[in-house]
Amino acid sequence: MRESSRQIFVLVASFALLAALPWIAGAVGRPDLVTLGSQACVMAIAAASLDLLMGRTGLPSFGHAAWLGLGAYTVGILAFHARDLGPPWDQWAVQAWAVWPLAVLVPAALAAVIGALCLRTSGISFIMITLAFAQMFFFLFVALKTYGGDDGLTLRRRSTIPGIAPRDDVAFFYVCLAALVLVLLLLRRVAASRFGTVLDGIRQNERRMMAIGLSPFPYKLAAFVLSAGIAGLAGALHVNLFRFASPDLLHWTMSGELMVMVVLGGLGSLWGAMFGAAAMVVLHAVLAQWTEHWQIVLGPILVAVVLLARRGLWGALGGK
Amino acid sequence: MSTITRRAALAAAATLAAPSILRAQAAPLKIGLVTTLSGPGGYLGADIRDAMQLAVEQGALPGVQLLVEDDGLKPAQAKQIVDRWLKTEKLKLFTGVVFSNVMEAIAPDVLEEGAIYVSPNAGPSSLAGKGCHRNYYVVSWQNDTLHESAGENANRLGHKKVFVLAPNYPAGRDAITGFKRFFKGEIAGEIYTRLDQTDYAAEMAQIRAANPDAVFQFHPGGLGIAFIRQYQQAGLGGKIPMVVSSPSLDSTTLNAVGDAALGIEVSAQWNSDFDNPVSKKFVADFQAKYNRMPTYYASQGFDTALAIAAALKGTGGKADDTEAFRREMLKANFQATRGKFKFGPNQHPVQDWYAIRPERGADGKLFLKTQGRVLADRGDAYSDQCKI
Amino acid sequence: MTLLLEQLLNGLQFGVMLFLMAAGLTLVFGIMGLINLAHGSLYMIGAYAAAWATLQTGSFLLGLLAGLSAAAVLGMALEAAILRRLYARDHLDQVLATFGVILFCNEAVAMIFGRQPLMAGPPPWLSGAVEIVPGVPYPVYRLAIIATGLLVAAGLYVLISRTRIGMLVRAGATHRELVGALGVRIGLLYTAVFGLGALLAGLAGALTGPLLAVQVGMGERILITTFVVIVIGGLGSIRGALAGAMLVGMVDTLTRGFLPATLRAVLPASEADALGAGLSSMAVFILMAIVLLWRPRGLFPAHA
Repeated sequence: MRESSRQIFVLVASFALLAALPWIAGAVGRPDLVTLGSQACVMAIAAASLDLLMGRTGLPSFGHAAWLGLGAYTVGILAFHARDLGPPWDQWAVQAWAVWPLAVLVPAALAAVIGALCLRTSGISFIMITLAFAQMFFFLFVALKTYGGDDGLTLRRRSTIPGIAPRDDVAFFYVCLAALVLVLLLLRRVAASRFGTVLDGIRQNERRMMAIGLSPFPYKLAAFVLSAGIAGLAGALHVNLFRFASPDLLHWTMSGELMVMVVLGGLGSLWGAMFGAAAMVVLHAVLAQWTEHWQIVLGPILVAVVLLARRGLWGALGGK
Repeated sequence: MSTITRRAALAAAATLAAPSILRAQAAPLKIGLVTTLSGPGGYLGADIRDAMQLAVEQGALPGVQLLVEDDGLKPAQAKQIVDRWLKTEKLKLFTGVVFSNVMEAIAPDVLEEGAIYVSPNAGPSSLAGKGCHRNYYVVSWQNDTLHESAGENANRLGHKKVFVLAPNYPAGRDAITGFKRFFKGEIAGEIYTRLDQTDYAAEMAQIRAANPDAVFQFHPGGLGIAFIRQYQQAGLGGKIPMVVSSPSLDSTTLNAVGDAALGIEVSAQWNSDFDNPVSKKFVADFQAKYNRMPTYYASQGFDTALAIAAALKGTGGKADDTEAFRREMLKANFQATRGKFKFGPNQHPVQDWYAIRPERGADGKLFLKTQGRVLADRGDAYSDQCKI
Repeated sequence: MTLLLEQLLNGLQFGVMLFLMAAGLTLVFGIMGLINLAHGSLYMIGAYAAAWATLQTGSFLLGLLAGLSAAAVLGMALEAAILRRLYARDHLDQVLATFGVILFCNEAVAMIFGRQPLMAGPPPWLSGAVEIVPGVPYPVYRLAIIATGLLVAAGLYVLISRTRIGMLVRAGATHRELVGALGVRIGLLYTAVFGLGALLAGLAGALTGPLLAVQVGMGERILITTFVVIVIGGLGSIRGALAGAMLVGMVDTLTRGFLPATLRAVLPASEADALGAGLSSMAVFILMAIVLLWRPRGLFPAHA
């Protein structure tokens, strides 16, 4: 993948803007923009992970919210039980270095099993079976009374990160931004690797890959698992940002929104998912402040993007 | 109106209104109203908002400006709105939330920042007992008491064997717990329905098979409409009486279900036919302005506005000193639409509950008619766990 | 025994309702290759138009007519304005654009009719219950829905297997390009098929209105279940839609009716109820996953 010079300029400018966001927010007297920025970073991580599946491998998953939710609930549930555990576990259960990796591993492990089943299907059936599994997780968390069920689970305090005060929103914003940069660099490496080339090949023509002696299944499963793990990290950040997890995070409309972010940003463009997520988060916030009927504006925007701007925001930046 | 006369009129208005405008400019106290305005539960939030705006327009809250935003019944969205208002507007006073899951999500944020929350509807048990807070007030009810009143109502009506149903989510399970806490008879059967379910044919068959004295069900808003209609159509309507708490049958859902509502026994803390001057004026004004019957939610919104107004009057229109606000608030020095009202030790209401029944009025339309008192001076089951 | 009979009838009624929705969705997918998430919005529009017209005129039949025409006309307008441009696109674009249409329709309906649920009851001549066997009263209205649904299923069978339009539809489902090459005005055929699907969704909405609550968001609830139906049945197959609808209707109703009671035999009551309710919510999705793993193209795949 080669970025055009205009794209590189926009990319550098965007990250500079993000890095300076807390100062800008302070200068214009809108400290809430920092939270909005954190949210955009978190959703960008989730959207970028979905883009690995949808854009690179050609696997349109309609159940990606499940991994986001599982990551969030892993952190939430461990913190919930922390006080019942004896030392040293009670400390570990609220440490970011201990629970965040778990929030990646739990969804990834489940994705290995579910992915192995889902990948037996393709096309529209794949869309539907991923939706089915996500709905099962949704109903599971609605039914789990211990963890709040439909009411959601409140996280008393953010996961402990050495040197960062739990209520420092600006510091947490930088944590989210750093996570986003790391994830994007990782995904870029993946894209440039042999593994990424195989995934590209699978998307373009699966039969040809088989003809040259590559079995697509392990590659697709690996992409599925990696993507779920990264979404789990986004979930861990999400629950920490709002100090709250609820089954809403696993609902099918959340899966739909993630898909919208990816396509809005530009399918398969990696950096695009970030712009798609940011655009959706900001659009959401702006429209909801403007009118209670904000969905009547958002709906046609989505239709217009699909019909008129197929290459998404990132593609539009690239020019011809 | 020509420019000159308009300018003259404005000048005249300015002279007349000058003192109050000046006061408003001096201390524009903003109250944050986060409520549910979209989705199937949207009419509940709209009633609360409209009632509070009515109170503001009537001058009950001088110098107060309401900021209204929709949480879409999404806790995360509500948290963002609260976060933004706390930081940019420096709000000290919040209200409006309809649903308990949204309440549980935003209450810690509001309270940890030293702001005040006054609930016009949601009263989850987690914030009523050990989790109570000096700056958290509920004007409506603690969730469980809604259903306790239905349990007592079932005793009053002499039912011995009752079949209970509620959706399988925390508020649904609390409803059944609350009902059982006061109901003295036997439970003929217990079903948890699905939150996304609107066809209750399978449950109707089970009720018929169990053949109870009565049915208690908790299905708020649109779910309740579907349930009551199907109950009637399954031929259970005339045969097995139904006992519900107010969320399952309000004046909006009553219009929607029509005749199928006849014979249902409701219990609530307020009703539109209450014979006190505050309530009568409120019902008349609300109907005149919005051209619809106010629901319980509207009355709770109005009472919340009155409670806040009374406290602000005592503090001179300020909410910065939360302890001063608390002293004034706890006096509950206002005439509520529901009549008697005071705060218990956990700052939740202590109030009377009434039996209500749909009846056909002289004009052929259905309305909710108050029958008698079910519970007097009822607080809630959690107040003794609260240590403020 | 009578309880089982009543539950089976309930399952049949739910299945018939799902079939009305699934028939249109699967036809549109089979012929135009379009995944239309906005199908649920047409159902909602049918329900709102019918309830509103019934309340205005007092006549159930006029309401039904209004519901059918509103759904069909708006459906065809939607097809001509937006969806037509999506036929050649991949499924992802279709899902996203129709997702946008859902958001728009929900908000538009809320602005026109308000947030309050709307409801017009069944007509007096369909109210009440009859005893199908002694001791089991069953709502007349639900029986009427079952009868209507079965009639529509028979009508669709005749339409598709015996008429010229049906022939084109079958041909279009298997050899899309060929039908166009034969000089059939494919655009007109598409609009007609879409209109038929919208009409059936409107019928489902108008019929359920008197039973359930007519409210914003009602479309998505049934939409997801309808997708489960057509995926199980095999995309594009009317026969599959019928089989899938009956299967899902029965599984959903019977697990809801009997699972908690069965679990109570082995678990404490409160846990049995919570688990039972959770499991019965998942039942149709588990069913879909099993069917897809066993036959990835569904029970009756259209393009064999």
